[in-house]
Amino acid sequence: MNQHASDVHGLAAPYALDALDPAERAQYAAHLAACEACRQDVADFRATAARLAASVAQAAPELMKERTLAAVDHVRQLPPRVHAAAPVPLRGVLRRKALPMALAASLAAAASFAGLAAWQHQEKQQLEQRARQSEQRLDAVSGVLAAPDARTVHGRAGNGALTSVVASDLRNRAVFTATGLPAPPAGRTYQLWLDHDGTMRPAGFIRQDGTVLLDGDAAGAAAVGLTLEPAGGSPQPTTAPLLLMALPA
Amino acid sequence: MDTPPPGGRPRPPLHPAAAAGARPVNQPHPMNQPHPTGSSGHTRPADLAALMQQVERGDKQAFSALYDALAPMVFGIVVKVVRDRAQSEEVAQEVMIDLWRQAARYRPEAGSVTTWASTIAHRRAVDRVRSAQAAADREQAQAAREHHTAFDEVSEEVETRLASEQVRRCLRGLTELQRQAVTLAYYGGLTYREVAQTLRTPLPTIKTRMRDGLIRLRDCMGVTT
Ligand SMILES: [Zn+2]
Repeated sequence: MNQHASDVHGLAAPYALDALDPAERAQYAAHLAACEACRQDVADFRATAARLAASVAQAAPELMKERTLAAVDHVRQLPPRVHAAAPVPLRGVLRRKALPMALAASLAAAASFAGLAAWQHQEKQQLEQRARQSEQRLDAVSGVLAAPDARTVHGRAGNGALTSVVASDLRNRAVFTATGLPAPPAGRTYQLWLDHDGTMRPAGFIRQDGTVLLDGDAAGAAAVGLTLEPAGGSPQPTTAPLLLMALPA
Repeated sequence: MDTPPPGGRPRPPLHPAAAAGARPVNQPHPMNQPHPTGSSGHTRPADLAALMQQVERGDKQAFSALYDALAPMVFGIVVKVVRDRAQSEEVAQEVMIDLWRQAARYRPEAGSVTTWASTIAHRRAVDRVRSAQAAADREQAQAAREHHTAFDEVSEEVETRLASEQVRRCLRGLTELQRQAVTLAYYGGLTYREVAQTLRTPLPTIKTRMRDGLIRLRDCMGVTT
């Protein structure tokens, strides 16, 4: 449990009332994935809020039903979301896999904020849109961490950074975490790679410390690599890897 | 929905932060009584859950029945937050279509159909209000919603227009600050920061009052999940 735990727990009420800013909302959504007590609070508070909603019920405009029924003729229904048997609390996953404490804290808290700070100056509408996307990514991150087949590898990069990869074949995704990663030299960026049969495929970027969901198929990947590339990234590695972490089959 | 679903149903030990206002264990809720779902008053939660299973399979007739049960609540809460009727109709219709689209994502173990629908409706209403605000310069809009207007209007509506006796009675059981914190956020669509500004009250106090207020409401209305 990190230092801010009690603060974060306290957000169940504003979360359930949709009263958080997008950034806080994303942070809290990440916390929820790991906190059973908060999930119960949110369920209770939402059920309570539903009563507040029911108490202001009023007849909907007459034509609305007709229009709605006509509209759904053209709306495809989403397939059910595939869930792990039971969401494993994040702390449990981390403990089981014996992730170092620093990384555990980083995963639990920093995950949500990778990239968020940079959004501060974006247009407000874009911000909300991106916060929603970030929530989806967080869903994916927690999905990997909670996957029954999640496996963790630790590494130490050439520049001293501690790294971990959590990968799930079931989810076909992998999550990368770095602690102590120095800022890249000017004009350079850290790029991640997934090794498929000896071919390094671009898997996204990491700015500095934090947690990212790797792009691309993780299932069947033999390793995760990290290189310094010219800003904007490269289609294939152009420098010796700072790190190559083999993923157990 | 973006919320990770609650795990198994066994109720976890009470949250440390909840301890102060925690509900008493194994005691009957003082005002536990059946409540109508939506405004029709005769669609029971179990029926709705059964309807959802049919809707999930693309059954339009079932959706029509689901619409009848939920549309008044959906429209009601959207109007409450959005205020403008034409816009509210647009939003409420989007919500109803979303219920159809997302039917297979509804998970009974995470809450009732009514809760699911009201969560989606409220979120959309708030999104509409906030994006409209962003477009019209949030600062200005904020000033326009200032203090007296938002505050008096909302509390007055809460006092006079609530359809449900029970909710009205339970809201009266809250302290003034608890009630305002909950209603300004939920009916007013304000963020808790805006609530704190509007009520000129420190943020941590608002957070606590909001939580305590919801806990009291939950217990007063006998909400169980
Ligand atoms: Zn919590």
